[in-house]
Amino acid sequence: MGEEPLVRWDWIGRNWPEIQELLADHVIMALVPVVVGLLLALPLGLAGARWRWLYQPTVGTMNVIYSLPSLAVFIVLIPITGLATRATIIVPLTFYAMAVLIPAVVDGLTSVPDHVRQSAVAMGFTPLRRLLRVELPIAVPVVLAGLRVATVSSISLVSVGALVGRGGLGYLFIDGWQRQFPTPIVVGVVLTAILAAVADLLLVVAQRWLTPWSTARSRVREAA
Amino acid sequence: MITFDGVTKRYPDGTVAVDDLSLEVPTGEITVFVGPSGCGKTTSLRMINRMIDPSGGRILLDGVDVTTIDPPTLRRGIGYVIQQAGLFPHRKIVDNVATVPYLLGWDKKKARDRAMELLERVGLDLRLAGRYPFQLSGGQQQRVGVARALAADPPVLLMDEPFSAVDPIVRASLQEELLRLQAELNKTIVFVTHDIDEAIKLGDRVAVLRVGGRLAQLADPATLLAEPADDFVREFLGRDRGIRRLSFVPGDGLRLRGDLTVPASAEVSSVRGTAEAWLVVVDDDGGPLGWIAPKDLPDSGTLAGVPAAPYGTFVKGRDSLRSALDAALLSPSGNAIAVDGSGRVVGVATREALDEALARVADGARG
Ligand SMILES: Nc1ncnc2c1ncn2[C@@H]1O[C@H](COP(=O)(O)OP(=O)(O)OP(=O)(O)O)[C@@H](O)[C@H]1O
Ligand SMILES: [Mg+2]
Repeated sequence: MGEEPLVRWDWIGRNWPEIQELLADHVIMALVPVVVGLLLALPLGLAGARWRWLYQPTVGTMNVIYSLPSLAVFIVLIPITGLATRATIIVPLTFYAMAVLIPAVVDGLTSVPDHVRQSAVAMGFTPLRRLLRVELPIAVPVVLAGLRVATVSSISLVSVGALVGRGGLGYLFIDGWQRQFPTPIVVGVVLTAILAAVADLLLVVAQRWLTPWSTARSRVREAA
Repeated sequence: MITFDGVTKRYPDGTVAVDDLSLEVPTGEITVFVGPSGCGKTTSLRMINRMIDPSGGRILLDGVDVTTIDPPTLRRGIGYVIQQAGLFPHRKIVDNVATVPYLLGWDKKKARDRAMELLERVGLDLRLAGRYPFQLSGGQQQRVGVARALAADPPVLLMDEPFSAVDPIVRASLQEELLRLQAELNKTIVFVTHDIDEAIKLGDRVAVLRVGGRLAQLADPATLLAEPADDFVREFLGRDRGIRRLSFVPGDGLRLRGDLTVPASAEVSSVRGTAEAWLVVVDDDGGPLGWIAPKDLPDSGTLAGVPAAPYGTFVKGRDSLRSALDAALLSPSGNAIAVDGSGRVVGVATREALDEALARVADGARG
């Protein structure tokens, strides 16, 4: 009797349609929170940057939420959002994303140099136009950096949901562990890593494309 | 014309930055606000475009109280240049310059054409137009800042220490550039600086402010140097006030001697008998070659073969008495060579002539 191989390709071949489904489910549960989190973080971050007294309480609350173990939150949510539903995963991950993105939006807006803001005022920008044309664009690199962190951590956190019955690729870990069969575990780990890498790469490309003025600057800094 | 009419600014914390300031900034001139740090220069400037509103008094722009004009509208008609240039890091140079035209709703092509025209005007290489601000030197950024302020052709320009952050050589060239532009454009400029030399160089009129935002003196530079209103102004003008004053005394009044010039083609023997200690040798076009001392001449040959000592010149009808004095100090003879606009020698201002002119200036100071 030979050693059991680490990866049994025939298993992968047989279960490919199911793996694809898990992957798609994983992508949805990881990215919806990031997108929704960003949409919510923008107004809250703007408010935090505008009224500084709002900033500390907001970030404090977010940090407390961030510190709660994800599994515990999933379990608490089950009575409300249901066992093994997407919502049980998406809702807490949205808060986690916001915990990263609100400070990123505030930091991005405060990274706008004062003389730049002043000269925008002096040239006759209205407040709204200044926000949209000057302050938000200048905040983009910092916000995108936060978005990278939020995206990657969201992708990895989805797996924990497997313990409450809905974890995308995380299901493969449980399955392999229960059956003492390594192939699904390897597949789960590799696919999660690839997913995170691809998402991050897309965001880096987006950053280069959206903010040539900033990527060029960091390249100059690296060269110096 | 910009009129400050009893303007006071008290900040919420009680600081009185500007106190009952009344003065006029005439149309088409450069008025410089100068004074020590914290004397309220920036505050005064920003009340003109309503970045700060006064707590008392009025500011009128061609007779209209600025507080009756909606701030964005007011500001689009007033150019503004600050120390760090304040360029938008995320926009290319050409779009930075076109900012106000875009705000005014010009179409993109027209705005960019105008921006290119201005970049050229302020002496920037047009290849910089497609770059981002961080790719420019401080001096270049400052020029872009000036171009941007001029883009929509505003009649009024506010400049808050625009050249303080660049090194002295770049600063001098930016100052020259501003004077050259102003000669073409005739804007109404309020220029803030804490550097009295800059104030004197650029200002048609200089307002010296003292801490607490009170006007100490408002005068043209020559008057300021000659007749400081009080000890504060005298102190602020600093050392060398007498020497610097000479910059405003025309060199025209100097008595020139025409008999100290000899052509390079002349024989040595022709000047040997002269009683003069020094003579200027000129080339065929009348341009100066240098000083020779007749008592140390070789036995024969022409003056062209004689090594000439260094010299300094000033342009008659253009340069100041200070330039003439400087020229004299550059010559071993202690005399200054006067030339015309094309560099031909028109005469020599001897030490005696300089002395007479200085005496006249000193007499003026006594009165
Ligand atoms: N927002 C503010 N709140 C309170 N005090 C202020 C404020 N802005 C300025 N001041 C004070 O008002 C005074 C004048 O300030 P201002 O900036 O006009 O001076 P300045 O002449 O431009 O000085 P500097 O040469 O240093 O730029 C200073 O005492 C300053 O501390
Ligand atoms: Mg200032």
